[in-house]
Amino acid sequence: MSTEPASLAAPAATTIRAKTAHGTATTAQGPRGLGRSVWWRHGLAVVALIWALFPIVFLISAAFNPSGTLNSAELIPKSFSMSNFDTLFNDPARPFTTWFKNSLLVAFIGAFGQVFIGACAAYAFSRMRFKGRRGGLLSLLLLQMFPALLTFVALYLMFAKIGDIIPALGLNTVLGLGLVYLGGAMGANVWLLKGYFDTVPRELDEAAKVDGASHARIFFTMILRLTMPILVTTFMISFIGLFSEFLLASIFLQDVSSQTVGVGLYSMSIGNEKNRLFGQFAAGALLCSIPVVALYLSVQKQIVGGLTTGSVK
Amino acid sequence: MSLATKTPPAPASPPTYHSPKPPLWAVIVKWAALALVVVVAFYLATRLADEGYGLYIVILAIVVMAVLVVYSTRRSIPMKYLLPGLILLLGLQVWPIIMTVSTAFTNGQTITKAETITAIERNSVREVAGAPRYKLSIAVKEGSDVATGNLFFLLTSPDGALKVGDEKGLSDLPADGVVKTDSGKITKAPGFTVLNARQINARKDLATFAVPSTDGSGIKAVGLSEAFEGRATVTYDEASDTLKNTATGQVYVVKDARFVPQDGKGQAFPQKWVENVGFKNFQTILTDSSIRSGFLKIFAWNIAFAALSVITTFILGMLLALLFNDERLKGKSYYRALLVLPYAIPGFVTSLLWASMFNQDYGLVNSLTHLDVDWLGNPWAAKAAILIANLWLGFPYMFLITTGALQSIPSDVREAAKIDGAGPARTLRSIIMPLLLVAVGPLLIASFAFNFNNFSLVYLLTGGGPFDSDNTSIGNTDLLITYAFRLAFSGTSPDYGLAAAVSIIIFFIVAIMSYAGFRRTASLEEVN
Repeated sequence: MSTEPASLAAPAATTIRAKTAHGTATTAQGPRGLGRSVWWRHGLAVVALIWALFPIVFLISAAFNPSGTLNSAELIPKSFSMSNFDTLFNDPARPFTTWFKNSLLVAFIGAFGQVFIGACAAYAFSRMRFKGRRGGLLSLLLLQMFPALLTFVALYLMFAKIGDIIPALGLNTVLGLGLVYLGGAMGANVWLLKGYFDTVPRELDEAAKVDGASHARIFFTMILRLTMPILVTTFMISFIGLFSEFLLASIFLQDVSSQTVGVGLYSMSIGNEKNRLFGQFAAGALLCSIPVVALYLSVQKQIVGGLTTGSVK
Repeated sequence: MSLATKTPPAPASPPTYHSPKPPLWAVIVKWAALALVVVVAFYLATRLADEGYGLYIVILAIVVMAVLVVYSTRRSIPMKYLLPGLILLLGLQVWPIIMTVSTAFTNGQTITKAETITAIERNSVREVAGAPRYKLSIAVKEGSDVATGNLFFLLTSPDGALKVGDEKGLSDLPADGVVKTDSGKITKAPGFTVLNARQINARKDLATFAVPSTDGSGIKAVGLSEAFEGRATVTYDEASDTLKNTATGQVYVVKDARFVPQDGKGQAFPQKWVENVGFKNFQTILTDSSIRSGFLKIFAWNIAFAALSVITTFILGMLLALLFNDERLKGKSYYRALLVLPYAIPGFVTSLLWASMFNQDYGLVNSLTHLDVDWLGNPWAAKAAILIANLWLGFPYMFLITTGALQSIPSDVREAAKIDGAGPARTLRSIIMPLLLVAVGPLLIASFAFNFNNFSLVYLLTGGGPFDSDNTSIGNTDLLITYAFRLAFSGTSPDYGLAAAVSIIIFFIVAIMSYAGFRRTASLEEVN
């Protein structure tokens, strides 16, 4: 879920700069009256940390707990073993590695496609003047107001039919799900990317044109390189979002071997066996959280910056 | 080419552009890609024609024409960059919206009346005494999936002739390369994959599969290796719009998009077809007493959930941001990195993890607090559980955005407040809070809209439950979207029509909410 509000809010965030910030982003002074010492702040911060971290500590200790069931799971483990990971990787009924690969594949296809298509559109909107440009930009913004999620019934029926025509893109295929994710490519990132593209001086384009470069050459060899930071950031944000997507993945992917990690882990945590499988579940949940957390922390600055100061506009 | 950043400024007169000559390889790649598009489109058109989707061939042709016009000519350069996204947008976002709207006005079935009649007739094929029996192998086209590919019957008639039949009809099978057993059963045929017994058993559609032959009769399988040619015992009379079972004399009439016995005795045919029902689905939501009361309950909880989620996460996030907004506090960046972890973990992991922590018997929450709350079984406890879990995963987001907003409040404003004699509390209330709320207001609205449809949290944590014993279709923690999801995808009779109607109602609610945020978006006026 982590990125949904971010993408929704990106255009909205630009108000903030206009109303408050004037580039004086100095850290404000703390209120003096609350005392010269800061120990009480540390005290409260530690309480906040305990609140934020105890479920994560519980997840980690459950993953390394040798007995591997929910009723034996504890916050602070008494012993340590990798047995949950062993079972996780050797359970033919629950092919975790396949799920993981599916998740990576579908998130990669979706995120790459979204960024590339978004960059193409942003180039057109930022650098060219044509009829319907303003209308197009505004309707993209409007369309974003309708969560694509809500059309899941129609998407399901549609891809059931597409599967009759092209089996490789139907239900139960990772490619089909990736294609659905591409549907949101135009809306999701175009505003954000266009804002950044606008900051690249147009004189560079003019100079390249004088040198005889075509529009395609300017786009592929110049603009894409100059805007690489924002492209990487949007790629990562899309990747995290798609990796965590659950609704569409759960209706599209029914076969065990075509599922994503989210759907697979869900199937482990329902039914009669959830208690017995808890250690295995925790190990899997931990493994698929690590890459997402790492990605998130690496782009956190840009996400926050984009949200609160509208700096990418 | 050079990036030309260091070249002297362009001459004062408008620069004269050389007509750019693309390199040869780029031209080759471009035309190869266009050729590939045409080839793929041709293949798709034949597949579409096979399956009888005439309208879609026209749409496909229009798309291909658009691609060719845009990319093979030098006109409309912007379109070259917009077209791929535009096609995907129209096909996968706009079209599904239109389909959702039209499904909401139907009874939610997926097959047409004609298809229903054909299926019933074919299904009713019974063996006629003395009719020929074929040796049968069941196959799919080579390369298609054995579990889902279209079925084919490979048949050897009593006189040894080889036939192949699918749902459209029977044709001769070329004898070249065909391998038969002594009994005449085909074990191998070029272009087909013969299914084994296990694969056949997995094909549930085999029971209703028949190869049509002449006038109303058809070929059906008996067991795994024999087929008979029989006659349909149910026939359709177009004039009176009825079905007649010739064996029993029973007449079936149309009622509620299905065929039911005219005299009311015996069973109706299970197949239903798609039918327009006008506003009936919306009417059901508003008037059906059990759905209406449940719907209002869901709606109220949905609003409360989204509002409480935003309020609780914002308050906690803001308090933490104020707590850390002191430059004397050492190690802030470490605290921050750890505090955002809950937000960085994939949402489905969070929801599933909290679901096990709220387990009544073994869960961490009960064992740490020494309570014995049935978190997921008691309606109010389940609501509290969802809000607690959402507070945990949502507060870092609010912490991050308020931190950013606090840092962008100019320090001279604070100075001015201090000079005017305002104490810290007064500064916070009269200066910081208003500025903060202006800054994060749009984000709070966006967060409300997101939580309004927070499907995965509720679905993975409580599944919408617990359910009251007197109404098992509406759970106590259901959001509108989890309710619509359950209407469409669980239970034996999916009601796509009602689910689509609920989706549209959510559309409108979200649209109204977004409009409020939309109006505040200054960027609207800044399109340049």
